[in-house]
Amino acid sequence: MTYTAASGLFAATWLLLLFPLVGAALLLLGGKALDRAGYQFATLMPIASFVLAVVLFFHLKSQPTSGRAVDDHLYSWIAVGGFHVSAGLLLDPLSMIFVLLITGVGSLIHIYSIGYMAHDPGRRRFFGYLNLFVAAMLLLVLADSYLGLYVGWEGVGLASYLLIAFWQYKPAAGTAAKKAFVMNRVGDVGLSLAIMLMFATLDKVDYAGVFGGVHHIGHADLTAIALLLLLGACGKSGQVPLQGWLPDAMEGPTPVSALIHAATMVTAGVYLIARSAPIFDLAPEARLVVTIVGAVTLLFGAAVGCAYDDIKKVLAYSTVSQIGYMFLAVGLGPAGYAIAIIHLVAHGFFKATMFLGAGSVMHAMDDQVDMRRFGGLRSVMPVTFATFLMGYLAIIGFPLWSGFWTKDKIIEASFDKGGTSGYILGICALLGAGVTAFYMTRLMILTFFGKRRWTEGVHPHESPVSMTAPMIVLAIGSAVGGFLLILNGGVQHWLTPVLGKSAEEGVHTVNGTVLTIITLLVVAGGMSGAYVAFGRPTVRIPWTPPQAGAVVTAARRNLYGDAFNEAVFMRPGQYLTRFLVFVDGRGVDGAVGGLAALVGGTSGRMRRAQNGFVRSYALSMSLGAVALVGALLLVRFG
Amino acid sequence: MIAAAGVAAAVPGQITTPVIDYRQLSPLLIVFGAALLGVLVEAFAPAAARRLTQILLAGTGFVAAFVMVVVNHSFRGLVASRAVAVDGPALFLDGTILLLALGSLLLLADRSGGNADALVADPAALPGTQEASALLASTDTVTEAFPLMSFSVGGMMLFSQSNSLLTMFVALEVLSLPLYLMAGLARRRRLLSQEAALKYFLLGAFSSAFFLYGLAMIYGFAGSVELGDIFNAAANTSKDDTFLFLGMALLLVGLLFKIGAAPFQAWTPDVYQGSPTPVTAFMSAGTKVAAFGALLRVFYVGFGDIRWDWRPIMWVVSIATMVVGAVLAITQQDIKRMLAYSSIAHAGFILVGFTATNAQGLAGTMFYLLTYGFTTIGAFAIVGLVRDGNGEATHLSQWAGLGRRAPFQAAAFAFFLLALAGIPLTSGFMAKFYVFQAAINGGAAGLVVVGVITSAITAFFYARVIVLMFFAEPVADGPVVAEASGYAAGAVGLGLAVTLVLGIVPASVMTLAHNAAVFVR
Repeated sequence: MTYTAASGLFAATWLLLLFPLVGAALLLLGGKALDRAGYQFATLMPIASFVLAVVLFFHLKSQPTSGRAVDDHLYSWIAVGGFHVSAGLLLDPLSMIFVLLITGVGSLIHIYSIGYMAHDPGRRRFFGYLNLFVAAMLLLVLADSYLGLYVGWEGVGLASYLLIAFWQYKPAAGTAAKKAFVMNRVGDVGLSLAIMLMFATLDKVDYAGVFGGVHHIGHADLTAIALLLLLGACGKSGQVPLQGWLPDAMEGPTPVSALIHAATMVTAGVYLIARSAPIFDLAPEARLVVTIVGAVTLLFGAAVGCAYDDIKKVLAYSTVSQIGYMFLAVGLGPAGYAIAIIHLVAHGFFKATMFLGAGSVMHAMDDQVDMRRFGGLRSVMPVTFATFLMGYLAIIGFPLWSGFWTKDKIIEASFDKGGTSGYILGICALLGAGVTAFYMTRLMILTFFGKRRWTEGVHPHESPVSMTAPMIVLAIGSAVGGFLLILNGGVQHWLTPVLGKSAEEGVHTVNGTVLTIITLLVVAGGMSGAYVAFGRPTVRIPWTPPQAGAVVTAARRNLYGDAFNEAVFMRPGQYLTRFLVFVDGRGVDGAVGGLAALVGGTSGRMRRAQNGFVRSYALSMSLGAVALVGALLLVRFG
Repeated sequence: MIAAAGVAAAVPGQITTPVIDYRQLSPLLIVFGAALLGVLVEAFAPAAARRLTQILLAGTGFVAAFVMVVVNHSFRGLVASRAVAVDGPALFLDGTILLLALGSLLLLADRSGGNADALVADPAALPGTQEASALLASTDTVTEAFPLMSFSVGGMMLFSQSNSLLTMFVALEVLSLPLYLMAGLARRRRLLSQEAALKYFLLGAFSSAFFLYGLAMIYGFAGSVELGDIFNAAANTSKDDTFLFLGMALLLVGLLFKIGAAPFQAWTPDVYQGSPTPVTAFMSAGTKVAAFGALLRVFYVGFGDIRWDWRPIMWVVSIATMVVGAVLAITQQDIKRMLAYSSIAHAGFILVGFTATNAQGLAGTMFYLLTYGFTTIGAFAIVGLVRDGNGEATHLSQWAGLGRRAPFQAAAFAFFLLALAGIPLTSGFMAKFYVFQAAINGGAAGLVVVGVITSAITAFFYARVIVLMFFAEPVADGPVVAEASGYAAGAVGLGLAVTLVLGIVPASVMTLAHNAAVFVR
């Protein structure tokens, strides 16, 4: 696989990164002088990148298909002996789509934040972090090697971490940030081991080198690389078993939830797998694992989404679930790569719309998030309602709206996989669509319809134009985006050079029209279920959640995901720490914090006295020496 | 007959005078010369001029020695009757030690936030007495610390380039003895400092004894203390080699103690915490380089042929060191202790490169030592600036909200922590990547798995400090951050520059390490 060297206009690719990077540097290092005007400057940066991205897109489109992968070499990053990694950017159809999504949605959310963060004392810092995020995310998708991708990967992690903890006075924010950090590290271990393994087998970590050499890697190694990449992807994208951090990340400001934890960063896992298509193509077992992870996650997210009353948490679990769909699709291999990307872009629009809508509602309701305190907002906030409606119709797959085109494709492709596994995956996807319709309808009814259950003293009002304008733009995208993306298979053809030929014209297991009708029936079932439970005029929604049976309780507790983490990771970690502290010659004194204390967020503290006696140190040295001598002699003579 | 032959071999006049290659030895000679001059300055210079004279003398010595290292850069050979090696690793590590010594010197000379530095005015004053309290604000200082440091630096350089175990032992003592003294020189918390010095001395002497005992056994096996002869004896032996392995194990104990590797790490936190912060910085950066230099030389040159016998042991040591350092650091409440455990964990990461036993591993280890040294000096420089009424405020809780009080210092510290955590675009990431990929090439993939996982754990407690500094409410009577003097600012700036530059454009220094990664035998 070779890439064309960048020349002419393409040599300006690096400017895409430069704009937000300059913004971040200026705002974060500039100090208080920029408190007043800095945010306007920061908002211009992603817009500048977006304009450049559009120009580059048309330029890329004008190239012949074979010349649409352009490598912009920046400098020689590592050059030691036989090992070379260049710092370079790869602009190809896949990264182009992501660049447009990131800068486009990113620009809108910067504009929205002007209104949303108008009265926040940390506004300059907030915009600085947002710019930093955009720069890191662009690097993630534009890097031309796994090592470069890793830099961006860590960068977005850092920005996400900083933004989750942005409202530092909320203790929950700090805990959530820690949880995100730890779970992401687990994923990062996978990604970095995958990169090391690529290096071990191929001596290369750049895309051209790795994809050119995949045929020389043994099947076991290849599967290991693919599974490690999947682990990395699961961490970043909040997939089971690393899903726990994403809903907690909603402690950050809502624009952050929309941009990072819905539209862009959390889809990086899907990007990683799609980008590694040449590896996954040759590792069908790993692909099967990807589809299983996707199917489990989409049902998990949808199930838990039904139980929460916190509007942002519901949207967060819905994000987990929708990314599950993308994983499912991307795991299907050539048949699904393009569909996954299309659903990803569509999701970026409709989920951002709904998050911004949720932010607008919270803005109006004094930052409350409990849907039991909403109700009847339709008439008070007409623009928010209308735009949210677009997002809602898109996500449930209402005919002609985005989801109808993109999610149905995934369901169809799952069935088309064939065999028993195809049917199981297809039914999971179908079921997920029904549950999605249920919980989203519930959210709509509780928020915008029914009686007004507001807390006293709350006077909702429509948000300012700087907030509603981006919502309107995104809502239009949600409404028609899916159709435009799917039109004439445009995106599929566009992506063919990177992801291989989409196997759309393969044999259908289930007739397309019949499947569409079944899907619509399932969705209608979910909607009417929600109406019967919450929407009928006779139903009263109490302020406090009623007692519930075992299933609902389980769902309210994230299906015991946190309890599982605690039992499997936190406790053993604590025991290890305790053991080591003991061995360290100090005894166990006071409470023990631990490797894992942080996993659950209860950062236990260790008080320890300065009681290290030289004699015990000397004893431990002697024992160590005996062990060392014994071991060496054992190796030699044993 | 036998006796006669013995007499014949010892005929007077057959001992040839050793040839001294002054040019190749000049870096060592300059540093030791500066140290000796420093002693004379103590004796004869007027008290008022001593401090500045000592700083200039030591600094000039380090710079001049560094220049000579650069001048000698292409020399490869054994000098001083084959006792001292001048080769790629020796020159690279000598240069590294000298640059780190310059950085540490800046810290030792630093008087940020007043007219007093980190060293005690009169070490003999009894802690707790009025006399001792009166000395706290004194502008006097123990200027002997500067020549002590020069001696130690000379010892470090010699330690990493000794080709004979006997020379290496002498160097070990030359580098250690001044450090034992310097550890006890803290201006405040005298008892803690003296306790640290005593502990360090006792345990250091203990480990030296192991080293010496091992040396004797090796001599018994090989009939020589020269690394080349040991290599040949180990490679072509048909006799019982119990002594070889016994000796090797005991040498290893001595070397692992200096490195601070498990199970010989117990002294590190206490000594790091008690020593004056500039001395801690010097110890953690310089000693680590020197000790790893010696470890590499002894095991790659002397025991290179039997590496399949010692590699499994190093696997275990390296894993234990990484795990102990990373996990115990989590429970620390004192910033200096945390950095001590972090240095243990880093010793483990560097051992991964060592265990690769290939040229890449050697180069990676050297590169890692360089990057770690500068990052850690920068970090300790910041630690030295954060103070309350009782001197340095090292309890973690006192660092809460530091980001608001001193944004630049907190940001610099956060950057150093990110580098220690191995986050990309810092030198720490490149160094970890370098040693890990060397280990994979050297067939130690399992070590890399542990390394990646433990570095994920270490990232947590570094992040915890960052959160504390930027996202926690400042404590009511929190510490003040002293206005950095030119010295301290220089040390922080040096650390920042190296950490950043080697994170973004590491290629040239990596190539330098790569080209230097051949030992002479």
